[in-house]
Amino acid sequence: MSNMSCEKCGSTDAVVHLTQIVNNHMSTHHLCQSCAAEKGLDAGPNVGDIPLLDVIKQIADDPAVDTHWGGGECSFCGLTHADFRKTGRLGCPQCYESFAAELPDLLRRVHRATKHVGKVYLPPDPTASDMEKRLDGLRRRLDRAIRSEDFERAAEIRDEIRSMEPA
Amino acid sequence: MTDFEAIPDHGLGWMEASGEHSDIVLSTRVRIARNLQGHAFGPRARVNDREAVLRDFRDSAQRSEVLRDGVLVEMPEVAERMRRILHERRLVTRDLLGEEGAEPFNGTAVHFSATEPVSVMVNEEDHLRVQSLVSGLRIQEAWRIVDRLDDELGRELPFAYHNDFGFLTSCPTNVGTGMRASVFMHLPGLVLTKEIGRALRGLSEMGLTFRGLYGEGSEVVGQFFQVSNQITLGRTEEDLLDDLERSVRTVIAKELEARHVMLREARLITEDKIWRAYGLLRHARSLSFDELMAYLSSVRLGVSLKLLPGLRVYSLNKIMVFTQPAHLEQAAGRDLTPEESDAHRASYVRRVLATEGDVSAIEGSAADDPPSDRP
Repeated sequence: MSNMSCEKCGSTDAVVHLTQIVNNHMSTHHLCQSCAAEKGLDAGPNVGDIPLLDVIKQIADDPAVDTHWGGGECSFCGLTHADFRKTGRLGCPQCYESFAAELPDLLRRVHRATKHVGKVYLPPDPTASDMEKRLDGLRRRLDRAIRSEDFERAAEIRDEIRSMEPA
Repeated sequence: MTDFEAIPDHGLGWMEASGEHSDIVLSTRVRIARNLQGHAFGPRARVNDREAVLRDFRDSAQRSEVLRDGVLVEMPEVAERMRRILHERRLVTRDLLGEEGAEPFNGTAVHFSATEPVSVMVNEEDHLRVQSLVSGLRIQEAWRIVDRLDDELGRELPFAYHNDFGFLTSCPTNVGTGMRASVFMHLPGLVLTKEIGRALRGLSEMGLTFRGLYGEGSEVVGQFFQVSNQITLGRTEEDLLDDLERSVRTVIAKELEARHVMLREARLITEDKIWRAYGLLRHARSLSFDELMAYLSSVRLGVSLKLLPGLRVYSLNKIMVFTQPAHLEQAAGRDLTPEESDAHRASYVRRVLATEGDVSAIEGSAADDPPSDRP
């Protein structure tokens, strides 16, 4: 493989080769280690990094979006919007409450959805309402297992439902 | 920890080349991200957060059927080269090892089950990353193991969970199910017939994403791709996995079709490429990892097309793992310069090909079979 130069700073050693698909258009970028790191790209395992940071920037730069990115901080961990914009990482579970006003817009752009419909968590000391939510979730999974004719799975889920329902 | 004896299969079960389509699909990985209430996520966690997370996890692991008899490896107690080996075996992420040249954070650990192909990384970007890594295309099987362990741990540990957002994660790209499933595929047919762009665009329209081996570009690293779900919120785990499986099967069918076209339209060129790559690997005295991967890709295609019938996919997987820098250093018993590493790599490849693949019996097959792509 011949040496490729970094398309950003022109140094001769592009070591990160990023292929992205945005709006059905595929593009490839060749960057040196330091320019890649500057973009938050360090050949690491996280697929979502770059699009996410782009999305955060889009939202912050979009005058049509009525959010207040730039002020406020998390009451638990002290994360600010600026921190989040820099890293694309929230600081703690409480951040999801602290930034609850802004998150749906971001989640819609990343996931095309704002509400979890997957597995329902049953905490160690569940309340009656936790149990009911979990049972609803299990019944949905049971229906699905039966529809897809995964009867082994269906039997397991049915056992779990039985173990949770009052005798 | 000085060796891998304690880890089931030495952490290499995923390269055994079993499972469906294991010549095209190297491995399937399903992982979920979980965090504990009351502690900052990995990047903002303090020492006492990490220590508390590890302590709570350790307690819950003792009550977990899946983890009980397993082995917990604390990163700061592992020698530097062994940590890199864990990473090269794809058992821990680069993140868990900490900054280059620095020691890993206290509290970072990985726990391997003794009975199932599943492990838990502790204090990575998220407090817990439960992952199953298996050979071949086995999405449902990997998910079932992860799902079961998730239930066990969830009964003991207070996960950070939100009624609207689901399982809360450090990065909002993971929130909801916290689940990422990825299938590691070898697609030389699509690359060589220039159909790969179209196939990848198709994946992206399905909400799937792909990347090359080790996050680098696509073709330069041996035509290997990891395909995974991009979305984690607003769909059930089962739907996300079904979409992935369906798309991966479509890509496999297209890859097989491309290989068929290559053999039909350009048999001599294809055979020549494969045999040249084999010859080079069989005799080279120095190989960089990228160069090795490029030739190994052609040889893998040859094995899959039964043009090199003495060789097994398992041997090729083994070469991929054991020719990485930390593995070569471990075998040599000392640090290696890049030049030495290239020489040791070539030597290892020659040895494996000499002892595990006798392809001499079918040499000359191209001559026996008149080429169709020449006048």
